[in-house]
Amino acid sequence: MIIEAEKAIILSMWGKISTQADAIGTQALERLFASYPQTKTYFPHFDLRPGSAHLRTHGAKVAAALGDAVKSIDNIAGALSKLSEMHAYVLRVDPVNFKLLSHCLLVTVASHFPADFTADAHTAWDKFLSIVSCVLTEKYR
Amino acid sequence: GFLTAEEKGLVNGLWGKVNVDEVGGEALGRLLVVYPWTQRFFESFGDLSSADAIMSNAKVKAHGKKVLNSFSDGLKNIDDLKGAFAKLSELHCDKLHVDPENFRLLGNVLVCVLAHHFGHDFNPQVQAAFQKVVAGVANALAHKYH
Repeated sequence: MIIEAEKAIILSMWGKISTQADAIGTQALERLFASYPQTKTYFPHFDLRPGSAHLRTHGAKVAAALGDAVKSIDNIAGALSKLSEMHAYVLRVDPVNFKLLSHCLLVTVASHFPADFTADAHTAWDKFLSIVSCVLTEKYR
Repeated sequence: GFLTAEEKGLVNGLWGKVNVDEVGGEALGRLLVVYPWTQRFFESFGDLSSADAIMSNAKVKAHGKKVLNSFSDGLKNIDDLKGAFAKLSELHCDKLHVDPENFRLLGNVLVCVLAHHFGHDFNPQVQAAFQKVVAGVANALAHKYH
């Protein structure tokens, strides 16, 4: 569970992240596809080359969803309910992949915000992304 | 080979700039902070009561330095990681009783620390090469488990 101090870190860092949210989301996906090529199997219909319009659009979507979760940090399940259903019934992304994307998001944030990415911030974001991942897979069965 | 020539270039290029002693302490410290259950192996290390305590703990720094220097030596044998880490694998199984999952966790924490230090230089291609390396080292350390 996320404690109040961790929520404060996430909210304050999101203020900075949100000014580059699309780029962060896009880079996280680029990192995911480069490090874990098997994840590309979920996007046969996309042009996944770095800089592609598909990647930028999808990266922006991922970032927007994270923003929604941050804004409703006390009720992430409520905020992501529709997205959770979509992942369960339509997308059916294997749960292992949420850890991979979460790691790539962490790496992206670490590389963009060195002053802010303290050990405590690292913990807060890792926990937050774990919760988001749980919410997105909780309706799977 | 385990890595392509290009990947070797990316890894060695970055690794040459790494302060192995410092990054070792940082990586081990963050492992203990972010995944506190890993503290189970370090009961004798003294004060691990907060992130600040852990990150400034002298025993954590010393051990992190040891771990990462060993990792660094392994990088010199990148095409035979299993051979390079065979003895350490036996040690971690028989004497230290460390679940190999911890090697994967530490590998990913190391990747985060490198991203933190190198920023945009730690680009997706460099990260991808390092993910292969940390996975290879983790597998090599688990290889002799029985």
